[in-house]
Formats: sequence, structure tokens, C-alpha cells
Amino acid sequence: MYQVIEGIISPVNDNYGKKDLVPSHHRVTMARLALKTSDWIRVDSWESEQAQWMETVKVLRHHQNQLLRSATQMEGLDPGKAPSDRAAAPELKLLCGADVLKSFQTPNLWKDAHIQEIVEKFGLVCVSRAGHDPKRYILSSPILCKYQHNIQLAREPVLNEISATYVRRALGQGQSVKYLLPDAVIAYIKNHGLYMTDNSQKGRSTQGN
Amino acid sequence: MKNRIPVVLLACGSFNPITNMHLRLFEVARDHLHQTGMYQVIEGIISPVNDNYGKKDLVPSHHRVTMARLALKTSDWIRVDSWESEQAQWMETVKVLRHHQNQLLRSATQMEGLDPGKAPSDRAAAPELKLLCGADVLKSFQTPNLWKDAHIQEIVEKFGLVCVSRAGHDPKRYILSSPILCKYQHNIQLAREPVLNEISATYVRRALGQGQSVKYLLPDAVIAYIKNHGLYMTDNSQKGRSTQGN
Repeated sequence: MYQVIEGIISPVNDNYGKKDLVPSHHRVTMARLALKTSDWIRVDSWESEQAQWMETVKVLRHHQNQLLRSATQMEGLDPGKAPSDRAAAPELKLLCGADVLKSFQTPNLWKDAHIQEIVEKFGLVCVSRAGHDPKRYILSSPILCKYQHNIQLAREPVLNEISATYVRRALGQGQSVKYLLPDAVIAYIKNHGLYMTDNSQKGRSTQGN
Repeated sequence: MKNRIPVVLLACGSFNPITNMHLRLFEVARDHLHQTGMYQVIEGIISPVNDNYGKKDLVPSHHRVTMARLALKTSDWIRVDSWESEQAQWMETVKVLRHHQNQLLRSATQMEGLDPGKAPSDRAAAPELKLLCGADVLKSFQTPNLWKDAHIQEIVEKFGLVCVSRAGHDPKRYILSSPILCKYQHNIQLAREPVLNEISATYVRRALGQGQSVKYLLPDAVIAYIKNHGLYMTDNSQKGRSTQGN
């Protein structure tokens, strides 16, 4: 049913206030380095450049607007094309792990109206691993249930849980993280002296990772 | 760093193909040995198994050796060795260990020969060669008729094991349930990889056979090699059975 035309990584704003969050210009650059070998995924710094932190749904709305704007511009370039020939405007979907889907249940973490907008107006693609059951999270939520046709569940059979928390801890303890991150990102971290101290024990995971 | 015992880590296996998980084993093992304060890891060796091992879906060894070489381009301490794969027949792990031990002794002797002025106490200790493996190999020692008892003993007594396992596994249990392993447990280093990172080569082959992406599971250079040589195009991985090693 779908053709994925682009992937976007949007690092969170510094004002999110999460412990051990290095300045966003570093996180954006590291993502850019990691994506050098990808021909379809890019990093977008808009969210991190705003004056304050913003909820996920607002980031989705922004990128949706950008996509509509591009689509309109492209139509403008070829007025000879009949409307039926024009490509459908892309659908923008939120990509996440099962932990985010589960976090919808955490009291006071997400606004109900936002959850609804995310699954109704946009859609979710949730990647989880063998052993997790995201269907359960969906079934236990009326909103998610109602829009489950807009929630795609993808399975990653490989047990591959390289947590950023673990990576920060390993770096703080001088241990190797080679083969867990792209070499270019490891080199950047070393050159800029990032994650030298191990504070990762105290971080608490809230919205997102 | 004074008086640390120099160690060389040897990993045997199919490496069909090599994955980031295989490479992680070396990094985790080295960090662990260094943290004990007793060892200095000077080299890592990947030894792909001989084609005559007869494992299903095993691509010719020259491919597996080349893929490992590509994967190791960015490593300054791990190398691939093709000796095992070039022999006329498959050989048990202990024989591969003996071969590499001889190579190390030969190099050490040559180096001593170059500097006769050095007093024996100044010479670096000959490196200890240890078998690097996952907990599944440690567990496989229990499988009847898979390993010769005499070989298990020689491996843990004369060489030593460095076993990397994941949170949730308990390799100590395998050791305690084996008299031989128990006796030489001082020669068995258990390193933990907290990251759940089970990139199985079987899964990778299946994904490739189904045209799915394996990007970020293997080094890009290995993926490119696989594509250029049309390896793993058919998905036969359901029928393979894991025997000795991976």
C-alpha cells in the first residue's frame, strides 16, 4: 500500500530538560554523520532550533505543512498535468518503538487530544521486537483502538537494543562503543569530549528516548 | 600496565556473514580483560571455519574471509586469519588454537633473537591465546558427542576461555554443571555485554534472501560485497542447524 519516500530524524529541543542531553547542535551533527551513507533518511534541525520545547504533534504539523508546501510548488511547476496524474501528497507518519506506544498510557504524559490527532490525522509506525506485544497497548486504549487502521506494527526479529543510555555510560567509563554507533559518530564524540562523565544512572526516561 | 599478561583473542565460527555482533564480542572482551588489571589484549583474530565443515548455506570461505577483512578495515587490533579455512579438511577448534599458539611462540622467539642483549626478565611474557566465544558455545560443551572431553580440557587448561554473554544469561550455571569447567574456572573469563545485541547471521541471511534491509546490522562494505557477488540470494536459512560454533 505504501511507498516510503523519505525518513526524517528530528532531535529534541535542548529545553526538553532531559539529564545528560548534550547541546542540540552536537546531536544534529552526529545524526548527520550517521546518515551520510543513507540515501533516503535525513536529519531536520527545525525542532531543536525553536525557542522552546514543543510537543510531538506540533512537530508533525510543521513537517506536514512543509510537505504540502513542496507538493503545491511542484504542481505549480507543471500546470499541464491533470490532477489525476499528480502524485498523492505524502502521508507523514510518526515512527517509534513499542515503548512510545506504551507511554501513551502514562498519566499526564501525553494530552489525549494529541494522541488522537497523531493517530487520526497522521498515523503511527511502531517497530517492536519479538517478545513484545504492542497490540496489547492498542487494545487497552479506546483512542488507539478506534484508529488502529492507522497504526502499522512492524517487527524487528533481531534483538537489537542498543540503548543510548548504555552508550553514554560506556563512554563515561572509557569502554568501547565501536560497532554500536557509526565510526564517524564515535570520532565526533571523542573529538568534542562528549559524554565523558557517567551520569546516566540518574536519567529518567519520559517522553521519547 | 606493568606486568600485565599479553593476550590474543581467537574467535572461531562460520562468520556467514560476519555481523556487528561478532565484532562487538571482541570489543567487550577486551574491555573486560583490561578491567581485571591482569591482562593486556594485544591482538584479536577471526578464523572463519573450513568449507568442509558442511554447514548448510555456508558460502565459500574466500568470500567469508574477504567479508571479514572488509569488516575489520576500521579496526586497529583485530585481523582475519585464513589458515583454518585453507586446510584440506575441517579441524576441531583445539587444533586451530594449537596452530595459532605455535605461531605466537615462533614470533616471540624471533623477536628475542633480534635482541640478545635483553635479559630474560626484560622480555615480554609470551602472549596467552584465549578462545573468545558467546555463552552458546560454553553451553554447547554439554551437548553429547559434540566436543571431545579431552579437547574441552585442553581448551580451558592450556589456553583459556573468554565468554561474552548478555544480561539474562547465566554462563556460571554451565560452568558449575561441568566438572572440567569447574576445575579450570579461573581460566574462564566471563564478560557481560549489557546491550541486547543478537544479530544472528541466520537472521541476516534470511533477510537478505527476502530482499530486506540489513543496513546497520553489518558494516556497509560487507553489505556491498554481498550484493556485488550475489551471496545469500536464496532463503534456505530455516533448515540450518547450529552445531559447533555459530
